Amino acid sequence: MQTKKIINDGNRAVDEMLEGILAAHPRHLRSADGSPRSIIARDGPRPGKVGLVIGGGSGHEPTFLGFVGKGLADAAAIGNVFASPPPDPILECAKAVSRGAGVLFMYGNYAGDVMNFDMAAEMAAMDDIEVRTVLTTDDVASAPRDQRQKRRGVAGNFFIFKAAGAACDLMLSLDEVERIARKANDHTFTMGVALSPCSLPQTRRPNFEIGADEMEIGMGIHGEPGIARGKLGTADVITDEMLDKIFAEMAPKRGDKVAVLVNSLGSTPLMELYIMNRRVRQRLDALGVSVHATWVGNYCTSLEMAGASVTLFHLDEKLQTMLDHPCDCAMFRAG
Amino acid sequence: MTINAADLKRMFDTIAVAIEADRDRLCQLDGVIGDADHGIAMELGFNAVRDALAPLDLATIEPTALLNMAAKSFLNAVGASSGPLYATAFMRAASAVKGKATLADADFIALFQAMAQGIKDRGKAEPGEKTMVDAWQPAAEAAAAANLAGKTLAESLAAALAAAERGAEATKDMIAAKGRSSRLGERSLGHMDPGAASAVTVIAAMTKSLD
Repeated sequence: MQTKKIINDGNRAVDEMLEGILAAHPRHLRSADGSPRSIIARDGPRPGKVGLVIGGGSGHEPTFLGFVGKGLADAAAIGNVFASPPPDPILECAKAVSRGAGVLFMYGNYAGDVMNFDMAAEMAAMDDIEVRTVLTTDDVASAPRDQRQKRRGVAGNFFIFKAAGAACDLMLSLDEVERIARKANDHTFTMGVALSPCSLPQTRRPNFEIGADEMEIGMGIHGEPGIARGKLGTADVITDEMLDKIFAEMAPKRGDKVAVLVNSLGSTPLMELYIMNRRVRQRLDALGVSVHATWVGNYCTSLEMAGASVTLFHLDEKLQTMLDHPCDCAMFRAG
Repeated sequence: MTINAADLKRMFDTIAVAIEADRDRLCQLDGVIGDADHGIAMELGFNAVRDALAPLDLATIEPTALLNMAAKSFLNAVGASSGPLYATAFMRAASAVKGKATLADADFIALFQAMAQGIKDRGKAEPGEKTMVDAWQPAAEAAAAANLAGKTLAESLAAALAAAERGAEATKDMIAAKGRSSRLGERSLGHMDPGAASAVTVIAAMTKSLD
C-alpha cells in the first residue's frame, strides 16, 4: 500500500516545494538566474566576504535552504530527495556568492555529495574561484571514534554551519573561516533514534521495516540502518542511551558549556522533544555542565520519519561568539 | 559488427526501458542497506539520456558527441552517487572512441573497459568493497579476454554479463567499505549491493541491444 502524502507529482515534488518556498520568503531568498536549484541569499554575499555554500539532498527541510540568509549561508544547492545535487547548481551557487575572498563548501559527509561538490569545486577553480571544503561528520553512531572522518553529517550541521556563517559575516579570511568550521565540526556530537520509516515521494513506500515495538538507535537521516535495533524504551531511557554515547566522546567537565539541539526527524511532535530535553537538562545539570542555549524542533528532518536526535555543541569562548552572532534566514533567526 | 550513433542511441533506449522495469527492485535493495532511492536515480538518469538523445540527427553525430551528451544529461538529472559515476563512465567512453565515425568490435570493447575504469576512478573504489565496481570490473575484464580470444562482440558481451552477474551475487558476502552502506559494518552482509545489481541490468540491456 502506498503511503499518504500531500503532493501533486512525486517527480515534481522538489521543484514545487522550491516554488512555494520562494513565494513564502521573497525577502530572504531568490534562485540564481537560469538555475532554479541554486538558492541564494538576498542579503549575504558582499565584497571581501567569504561565500558560504551549503547543500545536499532534499527531504531534510529546513536543512539546507532554511539556513540561507545574512549571517549564515549565502547559498544552498538543492538535490533530489535524499540525493546530492549535481555539480551545475553547486557551481552556480559558488559563482553567485563569490566576491573575491574565496568560497567555502560545507555539507554532510556522503559519497555522492563528495563527488558532486568536488566536481563543482574543480569547475569553480577553472573560473578562478578559490574553493575550500569542510565536511560535517557529527553523527557519533556512524563510525568508531578513531574513524571520525568517515562519519555522516546529520542534525549537528545546524551548529557547524551557524559557526562558519558567523565567521564569514565577521569578514574573517578564508583560512580563518575554514579553521572555525573544522573546529565547530570537531565540537559537535549527534545521536539519533528512529521509530518509524519515511517514504520517498516517487515511490510512496516505507523505506525500511521496523516492528511496532522497536526503535533503531543511530539511524541515519535517510533511513540508513543504525548501530542497533532494540525494544522501544521510555523517553528517559532513550535519551540516556543517546547521551551516554555523546558524553563518552565529548568528555564534558564540570563548568563546561554546551548548546543543545533536540531535533525531530519529521513526525515526532514537540511534546516528545521537550520530554527528551527535560532529560537532557537533568543529565547536564548532574554533570555540572551549563546550557548556553537550546533549540527544540524540526531542524534536520527525514521527510515524515518518526524519531529524534540530540546534538550537543561543546562551546568555548570563540564558538560561543559565533553561535551568538546574529543571523536572519528564511527559516531561522538568532541574535 | 559495426556500431554507429544510431546503434548507441538504441542501446541507451534499451537501458532506459530495462532500468524503468527494474526501478522498484533496486529501491528495495537500497532500502535494506541504504536510502532506498537508487532505482529512482537510475531511472531519472537514463530517462534524461533518452530525452537528450531523442532530437539528435543520428546521420551526422559522431559516437563521441553522443556519449558526451549522455554524460551531461545523466549527471544534471541525477546528482547523487550514480550521477558522477555513470557520467564519468560515459565521458571516458566518449574519449575512448574519439574521432571514430563508427565502432568496430574492438572499439566497443575499449569503450566498455573505459566505462568500468571511469566508475572505478571516480568512486575511488576497489573490487571487494561492495559497490558497482564489483560488477563492472569483472565484466570489463571478461569482455576484454573474450575479445582477445577472438570471440564476436555478442559473445564478448555475453561473457561480460555472466561475469557481472557473478560479481553482483558475490557482493552479498561482502562488508561494505565504500558509500552509504559502509557505516553498517557486518550488517551489510547477506544483501546484494544495489549499485552492482543495477550494473547487471545496464550491462544486460547493452548486451541485448547489440546482439
